[in-house]
Amino acid sequence: MQPGLYHILFISTALFFIGVYGFFTRRNLVTMLMSVELILNSVNLNFIAFNKYLWFDKMDGLFFTIFIIAIAAAEAAVAIAIIINLYRSHNSIDVEQTEELRY
Amino acid sequence: MNDFLTLMKPELVLTGIIFLLLFIKIGKGISNEHLLLLLQVLLLLNFLAGFFYNKPGSLFDGMYLTTGLIVLQKNILNLAVYLISLLFANWFKRLQHMPEFFMLMLCALLGMFFLISSGNLLMFFLSLELATIPVAAMANFDLDKKRSSEGAMKMILSSAFSSGIMLFGISLIYGATGTINFTEIPLQLHGSTLEVLAFIFFFAAFAFKLSIVPFHLWTADVYEGSPMAATSFLSVVSKGAVAFIFLSVLYKVFLPLQVLWYNLLVIVSVATMVIGNLFALRQQNIKRFLAFSSIAQVGFILVGISGSSMQGTSSVVFFILVYVFSNLAAFAVADAIATKTDAEEIDDYRGMNKTNPFLSWVLALALFSLAGIPPTAGFFGKLFLLTAGASKGSYLFIIIAALNMIISLYYYLRVIRAVFMEKNENPIEKITIEPSTKLALIFCSAGIVLIGLLSWIYDYIQSLV
Repeated sequence: MQPGLYHILFISTALFFIGVYGFFTRRNLVTMLMSVELILNSVNLNFIAFNKYLWFDKMDGLFFTIFIIAIAAAEAAVAIAIIINLYRSHNSIDVEQTEELRY
Repeated sequence: MNDFLTLMKPELVLTGIIFLLLFIKIGKGISNEHLLLLLQVLLLLNFLAGFFYNKPGSLFDGMYLTTGLIVLQKNILNLAVYLISLLFANWFKRLQHMPEFFMLMLCALLGMFFLISSGNLLMFFLSLELATIPVAAMANFDLDKKRSSEGAMKMILSSAFSSGIMLFGISLIYGATGTINFTEIPLQLHGSTLEVLAFIFFFAAFAFKLSIVPFHLWTADVYEGSPMAATSFLSVVSKGAVAFIFLSVLYKVFLPLQVLWYNLLVIVSVATMVIGNLFALRQQNIKRFLAFSSIAQVGFILVGISGSSMQGTSSVVFFILVYVFSNLAAFAVADAIATKTDAEEIDDYRGMNKTNPFLSWVLALALFSLAGIPPTAGFFGKLFLLTAGASKGSYLFIIIAALNMIISLYYYLRVIRAVFMEKNENPIEKITIEPSTKLALIFCSAGIVLIGLLSWIYDYIQSLV
């Protein structure tokens, strides 16, 4: 059976919500960052699928995907730099340990 | 080629300054004081250059747009950054990595310029990231403070998450309409369920950046943790830029979904005002207090945005201009006190007017303007926002907004009361401030008083819309 648009959208939406779930439940900063990457990958899938099945006359979706991959790398670099600095001061990358700032 | 140079002049000038900073950093060291002076002159020239040789037009197949209004918005942001370089001179001089801090700040500003000018969702996304990622690095600039790295961590994770949500919304918009061009999207929007879902995801990302209520949780922590210069940049420049693009996205791109976003705006703006005010009431730390007051201010901005396109745009631009002066003055006074004495609690400010009359009066003026008390410009800003909101005819909404203004008076006046009326055995010692900071504070105060009284400013903004 040839996979259709709905199959791919199902996977990408599932991936998106797995990412959101992971972001809210995980307490390790690196895992939270990985959850965000999952969200971004689901978006990439979405763009590719829409471009291939619905709007194949223009390449907008593909370009968008390439830029998202590049930006995700930049974002992860800055985030990891910040996490390393956090580890130096707190000796932990658990969000529960970062409790200097409270309501 | 000539078109390219004139239309992209603000970005090109800024890029030139960033490159110059890079070379200064690579080359033999130059003392912080000289570098800061050089930067202040350059930023002043950058601000003044914004007034010459402007013309409307578009570049790169409509990806980059500029109009008279966009030039004015860029000038406002330029002015804010110039004022930051003057107001926090004391902190900058002691900073170990000053060129890097300015590089990050100007990169973020460059991102905001592209953000305001963007005419395409791809450009919009790229410039939004350029405007956010450097700010997270700026928030981490007090490297040895635990709070600073915590604030930066919260900022980068929530901004990454929000951009993920926004991208999901953008991908659905692309799927529904088949285009990412701002001029073509409204032609393809018909209000289907998919488009509504896409818009709500897209809106959520704006809510994160503007700290609108269900997504405001990072604001206070980031504001408290970051160094004051980064906080003021985040609260004034970054918020201003996102508010500007929010206007054009709502009024131009999502015009077919107007009923939806109007109702959404009414709900979130009431929630933002109420929750911002209620949390501001119980804050003791001056930075957290200013953070929650800025959340409440965003609620008022949303009231203005919910109005009709013309009035909404001009009132929001005017309000941001006033907000630049009043919020920067308040942050600068808090910073001058915090760097000298480490006092960040409101109780420490008691009886301050005996020892520091100048700072006390500037703080009072800034808070009066933020509260919206008549002679100051803040009153006119809020008046125009509420008038714009009232043009849609839902008066209950405006009454709630006006009631929130009264609640906000309580906590702004609480600080002023602590400064002027409460007695204190050992008030804050006499603080000497840099001449450049003093000049900028006087300029801010003059702005707060005069912008409201000089009616041609508002007329000028209205003529550009």
